[in-house]
Amino acid sequence: PCRTRCCAPSALTPAMNCRAEVLEVSVEGRQVEEAMLAVLHTVLLHRSTGKFHYKKEGTYSIGTVGTQDVDCDFIDFAYVRVSSEELDRALRKAVGEFKDALRNSGSDGMGQISLEFYQKKKSRWPFSDECIPWELWTIKVNVVNLANEQERQICREKVGEKLCEKIINIVEVMNRHEYLPKMPTQSEVDNVFDTSLKDVQPYLYKISYQITDSLGTSVTTTMRRLIKDTLAL
Amino acid sequence: AMDTDLSSQDRKDLDKFIKFFALKTVQVIVQARLGEKICTRSSSSPTGSDWFNLAIKDIPEVTHEAKKALAGQLPAVGRSMCVEISLKTSEGDSMELEIWCLEMNEKCDKEIKVSYTVYNRLSLLLKSLLAITRVTPAYRLSRKQGHEYVILYRIYFGEVQLSGLGEGFQTVRVGTVGTPVGTITLSCAYRINLAFMSTRQFERTPPIMGIIIDHFVDRPYPSSSPMHPCNYRAGEDTGAVYPSVEDSQEVCTTSFSTSPPSQCVFTVTKAHFQTPLPVVTDTLKVPVMGLAFSHQLSSSRLSYQPAALGVGSADMGYPVLFAGGLNAAHPHQLIGPGKEGGVPPIPSQPAHGTQADQERMCTPLDGVHYSAATPSSSEDTETVSNSSEGKCGSPHDLLETIFIRKVGAFVNKPINQVTMANLDIPFAMFAPKNVELEDNDPMVNPPDSPETESPLQGSLHSEGSSGSSTGNTHDDFVMIDFKPAFSKDDILPMDLGTFYREFQNPPQLSSLSIDIGAQSMAEDLDSLPEKLAVHEKNVKEFDAFVETLQ
Repeated sequence: PCRTRCCAPSALTPAMNCRAEVLEVSVEGRQVEEAMLAVLHTVLLHRSTGKFHYKKEGTYSIGTVGTQDVDCDFIDFAYVRVSSEELDRALRKAVGEFKDALRNSGSDGMGQISLEFYQKKKSRWPFSDECIPWELWTIKVNVVNLANEQERQICREKVGEKLCEKIINIVEVMNRHEYLPKMPTQSEVDNVFDTSLKDVQPYLYKISYQITDSLGTSVTTTMRRLIKDTLAL
Repeated sequence: AMDTDLSSQDRKDLDKFIKFFALKTVQVIVQARLGEKICTRSSSSPTGSDWFNLAIKDIPEVTHEAKKALAGQLPAVGRSMCVEISLKTSEGDSMELEIWCLEMNEKCDKEIKVSYTVYNRLSLLLKSLLAITRVTPAYRLSRKQGHEYVILYRIYFGEVQLSGLGEGFQTVRVGTVGTPVGTITLSCAYRINLAFMSTRQFERTPPIMGIIIDHFVDRPYPSSSPMHPCNYRAGEDTGAVYPSVEDSQEVCTTSFSTSPPSQCVFTVTKAHFQTPLPVVTDTLKVPVMGLAFSHQLSSSRLSYQPAALGVGSADMGYPVLFAGGLNAAHPHQLIGPGKEGGVPPIPSQPAHGTQADQERMCTPLDGVHYSAATPSSSEDTETVSNSSEGKCGSPHDLLETIFIRKVGAFVNKPINQVTMANLDIPFAMFAPKNVELEDNDPMVNPPDSPETESPLQGSLHSEGSSGSSTGNTHDDFVMIDFKPAFSKDDILPMDLGTFYREFQNPPQLSSLSIDIGAQSMAEDLDSLPEKLAVHEKNVKEFDAFVETLQ
């Protein structure tokens, strides 16, 4: 189930609530990637627009977002993702690292991957830009080990059903039409959207993950910045 | 005073948005039920025609149907646009699976900006629709459509009618968008349990749908959209319910282990020479469905669970061939498992047929066995040894003759086709299948026109099995629910159960058969002393060899 809570607003900016949603799944090792991709792609489907083309007088037109069906190999499940190879690659990279970290951690196979949408707030020198999150999706993963083919078969189906529920949960949240960053002017667009992809324009996002050891404390925290915001400066 | 009414430009825009939103909604839903993966490209340069900034193709027939249903109107309070998704088997039975409803309620949001916020939220709602159409049960069904069933859609405008979904249907909300004239809501009500199909579902009339989503059929059906109440014509067919129906239902649902005779079996209604028994068939529908479907939805793969069709009518003397693959037109042709099952087809020669008939077991209703025929003649032995060819009453062969034949949807089913569907059970083709039969391919054996009146009769193709054109001996054929322990049927096409059934009655070892066996045994015995002598001579070598192994 999704739980929504609000983070404390940053002291430097007008109060802004970051809503946070948590999803939990139990999967077999080989299902981790597909399950994560299904959830992340579904969220990003809703959080990506076509490329903006600014015209005179502050108006802009929006490109077209294509979609495609993806069938899972290890789960009886299919989902829709945005048709963007760059975006898919970026997600696969992050999910791959997460999966490897899970496997190598030697822990009980528990971890979580987070997808955070943020806005950049430019500060004057010497202060660096702030990243202010406005939506945070956390997927808690519990990796199970199965003993035989029959269990795996059941797992395929069960995880498929669970993912259907997660998709419905995600859509519910999206439908609340809660805070979304204002549509930016041309000069501000990079503070709101990731304009680096050539065919679609997701909101600025970053993916991070944590592996939990059996005591429940976070053993490794790895931050991976998929948006090269430092390079953008 | 502030003008709270919508400006005329905004109103025009809003109407346009709602209209195109409705059309795109229909496209997304219908395309999601085509049975294919959808893929459209993103384009960074905006094209004028991509409504809501989403690349959603427009299938012309679908747009046409949608426009026809809307007839120039827009969804409004009390006037909803509904897309009904249903399933239709090649037998002609149809069942509603989902109703997608685009509704408008009175809750207005006067403050919202039409051209901007409403538009973007409608776009978001379409994305949600894309996602949700893949997670309802009908999606997986639609990906598998083709031969046995097709998925149809129907668009209507007006009041939402959910009664065709059976009891216990579930609803999922896709989303809502507030507008100054009302709140648009999009939701889906879907059937969850096909086993709960009420008897009202056996729609036998021609499809009421506009277009059939099935790429095997290229002509659209005439569209006749008025909604037909589903009415199961119970009165016509059913007569007395045979109490034994229920009994045998229970028998059927039990699993049996794989060891011999006491494996019951349950037997099915009788043969052709009886008067038609539509009664039996009809009353069997519901329970059969229960078996077939409850499994269907939980796992996408159909595993083999024979439908329970038992009826031990008091009138019937003895059990009959169940779906035995008997060809009424060619009485001596026993249809056996197809090649795909790895079992050789049965040669259709009269001689065999006759023989088979003789060997065939007449198991009485309480009869416990259909074990391999016991006649002791060598001829019989041979028969038994050929049982893998599907002759006779060996359990192996009995089981092998129960299978489903895939045909193109709407193909006129030949009478010699043995399928569960032929038993006139709606959606029987959803009952798990076992082996496909090439011999039943209408391309190979042109279908004979059905000659029987009784659906039961026709399906059982009874005549042939007894081998006599007079059809007086009749027999057996038993259906059992065969579930080997620890085996899950639906993992591989050839699973433990299938393997066991196929190889259950291997031919007799030739050395064990009396004539030949006896002969070679004598020879063996004679040659023994010689062999012993040779071995004794070499005993030292053998010992040395053994030493090296230690």
